[in-house]
Amino acid sequence: MSDQLLIKNGRVIDPANGVDEKCDLLIVGDKIAQIGRIEKADAAVIDAADKLVTPGLIDIHVHFREPGNEEEETIASGSAVAVAAGFTSVVCMPNTDPPIENETDVEYIHRKGRQTRKTHVYTMGAITKKREGIELAEMGFMAEAGAVGFTDDGNGVQDPAVMLRALKYAAMFDVVIAQHCQDNSFAAEGVMNSGYQSTVLGLPGIDALAEQAMLWRDIQLIKKVSPSRVRYHAQHISTAGSVELIRAAKQESLPITCEVTPHHLLLTEQCCAEYDTNYKINPPLRTDKDIEALKQAVGDGLVDALVTDHAPHLQSEKELEFLAAPFGIASLECALGLYIKALIEPGVLDWTGLIRLMTEKPAQIIGVDKGTLGKGKQADVTIIDPNAEYKIDVGKFRSKSRNCPYHGWMVKGRVEKTIVGGEIRFG
Amino acid sequence: MAIRKKNKPLTWNRKHLLGLRELSSEEIKFILDTAEGFEEISTRSVKKAPPLRGKVVVNLFFEDSTRTRNSFVLAASRLSADIIEFTMKTSSVSKGETLLDTARNMEAMGTDIVVIRHGAGGAAKLLSRNIDSCVINAGDGFCEHPTQGLLDVYTIRKIKGTLEGVKIAIVGDIAHSRVARSDLWAMTKLGAEVTFVGPPTLMPAGVEQLPVSVSYSLDEVIEKVDVINMLRIQFERIGGNPFPSIREYSHYFGLTVERMKRAKPDILVMHPGPINRGLEMESEVADGQNSVILEQVKNGLAVRMAVLFLVNQAAAQSH
Repeated sequence: MSDQLLIKNGRVIDPANGVDEKCDLLIVGDKIAQIGRIEKADAAVIDAADKLVTPGLIDIHVHFREPGNEEEETIASGSAVAVAAGFTSVVCMPNTDPPIENETDVEYIHRKGRQTRKTHVYTMGAITKKREGIELAEMGFMAEAGAVGFTDDGNGVQDPAVMLRALKYAAMFDVVIAQHCQDNSFAAEGVMNSGYQSTVLGLPGIDALAEQAMLWRDIQLIKKVSPSRVRYHAQHISTAGSVELIRAAKQESLPITCEVTPHHLLLTEQCCAEYDTNYKINPPLRTDKDIEALKQAVGDGLVDALVTDHAPHLQSEKELEFLAAPFGIASLECALGLYIKALIEPGVLDWTGLIRLMTEKPAQIIGVDKGTLGKGKQADVTIIDPNAEYKIDVGKFRSKSRNCPYHGWMVKGRVEKTIVGGEIRFG
Repeated sequence: MAIRKKNKPLTWNRKHLLGLRELSSEEIKFILDTAEGFEEISTRSVKKAPPLRGKVVVNLFFEDSTRTRNSFVLAASRLSADIIEFTMKTSSVSKGETLLDTARNMEAMGTDIVVIRHGAGGAAKLLSRNIDSCVINAGDGFCEHPTQGLLDVYTIRKIKGTLEGVKIAIVGDIAHSRVARSDLWAMTKLGAEVTFVGPPTLMPAGVEQLPVSVSYSLDEVIEKVDVINMLRIQFERIGGNPFPSIREYSHYFGLTVERMKRAKPDILVMHPGPINRGLEMESEVADGQNSVILEQVKNGLAVRMAVLFLVNQAAAQSH
C-alpha cells in the first residue's frame, strides 16, 4: 500500500489555519503533507466531492468504563464507536472502578487504546485518591505518564481547601484541572433539575445553584493561585447562571475554559415527565431558558469545547426506578448529528465554528498538538457528508450500551471516513 | 349492589390508578360516587360482595405501611378477591432483584391487580408500563398517594356537601409529602381553594407554579379555613434539619387547643396518619369534636373498594 493518501475535491475546513475552501489534502505517512490543488499519480485517492474534510474530531469527555464495568463499554468498543463517529481522539474520564489515580492506571488506558488501533485514547487522572475529594492523587506521575488533565468527574471536589491545593499543585505540570461543578450540599440525593417539574414528579431535585456555587467558588480559587500557571476547565455546564459566571471570568481574562454537551443544548427537564431514565443525566436537563443561554454562549465564543459525556449503561440498570437508575446518556455514536441539529441548523454556528469547537479548541484545552490540518501535523482527518440524513437507531449502535434518548431522531451529517495517523480506520 | 351514578354518561376506562394529577374532575367525582355505593357493604352483617371473585390482588409494599396496606387488604377481601401480601423492606436501590423483575415474577403467578407502595417517585408508572396487571399506586416516593387524596376529598364532600369554594389548609412538611400533592390535585380539580402552610424550608421547589397559596403563618390561616389537614413530618425523607427543633416547629405549626379556639367552629381537622401526638397536633385536638381522622380511615375503605372495582372493570372491558 502506498503511504500517500490524496483526498480530492473536498471542502477543507481547518479553523486553526483559517482554511475553508474546496481543495485537496495530501497525507504522506502519518503526516499532513500539503493542502491545495494537488495531482499525485502514485497516491491512493479518496474522492471527497461534496464532503467536508476536517481535522479529526476530538471529544475530551467520554466514559469507556474500563476498567471495572466492561459489560457497559470497553476501550475497544468505545474506540470503535469513536472512529465510526469521526473522532480521532477521545479523553476518558477517570471514574472507572478502580479510578485512574496513578501512572500504572494511566498506562493501562493508553496501552488498551493502542492495542485497539482505532482512535487515540487519552485519559484524565483523578484529582484526588479514589475521587473522594480528600487527598491529592499522584498528579505528577500521572502527568508524566501522559494524563492530559485531572478531574474527579462524577464528583465535584467539595472541600474548597482541597481544590485550592489541587490548583496550586497542578501548576507544576502545566495540566488542566477539570471540574464537575456540583456542590453536593445543594444537590442532596437529587436526580433531576429542581423546580416545578421535580415537585410534581415527586423526585428530589438538583438546584442550578449546586453547579453555580461550585463554579463561583472555583473562580475565586483561580484568582488566588498564580493565574499564569493554572488552567481550569468547567465540565458540562448546564445553566444560564453558569454562562454568566464564565462570561464574567473570561472578561477578567482568567484562565478558564468550559464545555457543553448536546443534551444540555437539545433537551429539557420536560423530557423527564414520563420517568424515562434515558433522560437522567448529571448535570440534569434544565429549562428552555438555560438552553437559550448556552446557545448564546456558544455563539458568543464563550464555550471552548463540545463534548458528549458519552456515558454508557446497561439496559437492566436503566430499567430501574428513575430515583435508582444511573446517570448518563450514550451518545458518542450520533454526536455530530446532534451538534449539527443543536448549533448549525438554528444558525448558532457556521461549519468553521462547529469544527473549531470539536478540534482545535479541545486540543488546546488538553494541551495536545492536534486538531489542525497544518503541514507536518499528525494526519488525523475526518471526512463528513454534511447533508446525508439518517435516523438514529440504537439497535445499530456499536456501543455495548443502548441508553440513548435520541433513538428515532432524524439527524444530518454522516461520517464517511475517519483517518487516524494516516490510516483509514473507518469507512 | 347500589352504585349511584350521578354524573353519567362518563365511564371509567383506566386500568391503572397512578395519580390524581392526570385525572379530570369528572373522573375523580366518578370514583367518589362509586365509593358511596360501596360504603353500604360495610354496614351489612355479611360484609362481602362478589365483583372481584377469582381475581388476585397483590399488595407489593416496599415501604412501611399499616393502615394503607390493611385498608387495601380489607377492601379487596370485601370484594371477594384473593390477596397476596408481598412486603419487601429493601427496594432495588440496595441492589438485588429489580422492581420490574419482582413484579414480573409475581405476575407469572397470575395476578390481576398490583397495589404498590415504593420509595421512588414514578415507581407505579414504571410498573404500569411493564406488566399487564392493573396497577394501583399506594404511594410513590413523594410524588402521589392517590387513594389518600381521594379519601380526603370524599370525607370533605360527605360532610360539607361539596368541595366548591371550600378553603383548605394543608400544614407541615409539604416538600416531602405525597399526600399534599395528591390532595392538592384532587381538591383544586373539585373547586377548593388550597393553602400550603409550613416553614419555607419545607416548601417544594417551584411551589409558586402550583395552583395553591403559600403561607408561613398558621396563625394567619387558621381563622380563614374550613378544613385543616395536618401532615406528619417525614423525618425519614428529610436531609439536614429544615427547622431548628421539634419544639420550635410545634410552636409555629402545631395544631393546639389554643389555636383551635380561633378556628371556625365547624372546621374539619384531618390527618393522614400516623399522628405524632404533641408534635403536629395536640391529643385533645386529634380526639376532639372537629376531628374527622377516624372518619377518613373508614372512608378509605370505601374509596379503595371503588378503585379496585373500577380498574378491574376497565381491564375486563379492554380485553
